[in-house]
Amino acid sequence: MSDNPIIRIENLGKIFPGPDGEFYALEDINLDIRRGEIFGIIGMSGAGKSTLVRCINFLERPTEGTVYFDGQDLSVLTKKELYKVRQSMGMIFQQFNLLMQRTVLSNVCFPLEIAGIDKKKAVERAKELLALVDLTDKTYAYPSQLSGGQRQRVAIARALATNPKVLLCDEATSALDPATTRGVLMLLKDINKRLGITIVVITHEMRVIEEICNRVAIIDKSRIAEVGSVEEIFTRPRTAAAKRLVFPEEHSIEILPGRRCCRIVFDGSSSFEPIIAGMVLDFRQVVNILFADTKNIDGKAFGQIVIQLPDNELIADRMIEYLRGKNLTVEEVDGYV
Amino acid sequence: MFDPSVWTMLGQGLLESIYMTLVSTALAYLFGLPLGIALVITDKDGIHPKETFNWILGLIINLLRSVPFLILLIMVIPVTRAIVGTIIGTNATIVPLVIAAAPFIARLVESSLKEVDKGVIEAAQSMGASSMQIITRVLLPEARPSLIVGGAIAVTTILSYSALAGFVAGGGLGDIAIRYGYHRYQTDVMLITVVMLVVIVQVLQEMGTRLARLGDKRK
Ligand SMILES: Nc1ncnc2c1ncn2[C@@H]1O[C@H](COP(=O)(O)OP(=O)(O)OP(=O)(O)O)[C@@H](O)[C@H]1O
Ligand SMILES: [Mg+2]
Repeated sequence: MSDNPIIRIENLGKIFPGPDGEFYALEDINLDIRRGEIFGIIGMSGAGKSTLVRCINFLERPTEGTVYFDGQDLSVLTKKELYKVRQSMGMIFQQFNLLMQRTVLSNVCFPLEIAGIDKKKAVERAKELLALVDLTDKTYAYPSQLSGGQRQRVAIARALATNPKVLLCDEATSALDPATTRGVLMLLKDINKRLGITIVVITHEMRVIEEICNRVAIIDKSRIAEVGSVEEIFTRPRTAAAKRLVFPEEHSIEILPGRRCCRIVFDGSSSFEPIIAGMVLDFRQVVNILFADTKNIDGKAFGQIVIQLPDNELIADRMIEYLRGKNLTVEEVDGYV
Repeated sequence: MFDPSVWTMLGQGLLESIYMTLVSTALAYLFGLPLGIALVITDKDGIHPKETFNWILGLIINLLRSVPFLILLIMVIPVTRAIVGTIIGTNATIVPLVIAAAPFIARLVESSLKEVDKGVIEAAQSMGASSMQIITRVLLPEARPSLIVGGAIAVTTILSYSALAGFVAGGGLGDIAIRYGYHRYQTDVMLITVVMLVVIVQVLQEMGTRLARLGDKRK
């Protein structure tokens, strides 16, 4: 399956002519997005995320390299063929981009009209989709009468109308509050599961990635810094860019002089239980927690905790052994002390 | 107050003015609308950027718009004669009206279409919409309220131009106003024509505004 990715991005580059010479918005991007996965692309503002996602459906023509969609090289297609291919790639946006003068129903019918589908069939299909996104009661409302979350659900229904193989989401939840964001993310997850559609999620928020993605690429200054499973990136970010995103608070820790510290990495092999508290009870010795950023994903613990060990060398050593015995990666760090 | 024949003449003038205005507006949109669309899509941020073409088109439109209407009226006399066969009367007036109004309408249409959110156009493109589909199914319908407001501006402007055309004996209320008010010093007749023009402008403007508001689903 991985040798036949739904989207393959090959040596892709995008140069924009700028006021002071050429500007590389994307450089040497290589990515495989697998069938049926939810793939995240995360990066800071201006990293090139939107440009990358727009290159995937050729809204932006890459200046170097190419994109294969379902094995088809998009750079060799005629305009008409490209229009056709785009019908198998739905897209949703931060600002929803609904047609404001059309009803909800008519918005969902829109891509079907574009594809030349018979009106009656289109309405039927649109109504199915509105049921899927739970907006049947808003069928004849206008977008201006809906909340942000509802508008995004209309946009999702619209993007799914032509039965696409891929759904591209550019900051789809960035304009929504946390509760609404969760609702939309759960809907995307559900759509991925139920319809088997591959989803590409562009975001600058780590919590969006941890909530729904299987794999993630970190894009930093126009380049891919790191690609891997969400667990991998969460537990062992290798590059500085990845670390910045995974542990944004780490830099602000107050450094205490004198004693030994260690970093405990949770990589999902232990369950989400209070290990440190357990250790403190077992040893009857307190430790100082300097930094903690752990997440509970499917009942497994991910992330890291940095603790300051007790003065007593022997106890400190035994604590490290204890933690390693719990299947955790423990490393002594000097940075904190 | 007046001789019934004066009233008949005023009624006739009113009908002529309305006829000239409506026909000219329709014909001017026939040229102005495509030109406005062309300006928008060939703009450097448009769906078919063509900078040189856009620049030349913009230049021609500006040139036409900068010619004062009275001068244009006289300048196009040969054209009028070639098309209509005469240079007097309502049909003859329609020619300069259309030539003057089309570039103005092109700019009105351009500004209305530019109000359409770029994101919505991008969304349509992401669905595989062709440029033609974007024009007919996104740009024009989404800009409808603004286009209607523009339409009201266009029709009232053309009406006042048509009155000006009275100077070259173009028929309509303007023609009467000139003949009676200016040549015969019958200011009362002139005043009546002015009142009639004001009323038509008000009615058209109000209709346009209401129609635009009624059809706008944004709020
Ligand atoms: N059409 C364009 N012309 C010139 N430069 C562009 C164009 N589009 C994007 N850029 C530049 O490319 C860089 C990447 O932009 P992009 O929109 O892809 O960033 P992003 O990662 O999506 O950021 P954000 O999180 O703010 O949306 C930016 O520096 C931007 O200024
Ligand atoms: Mg962006």
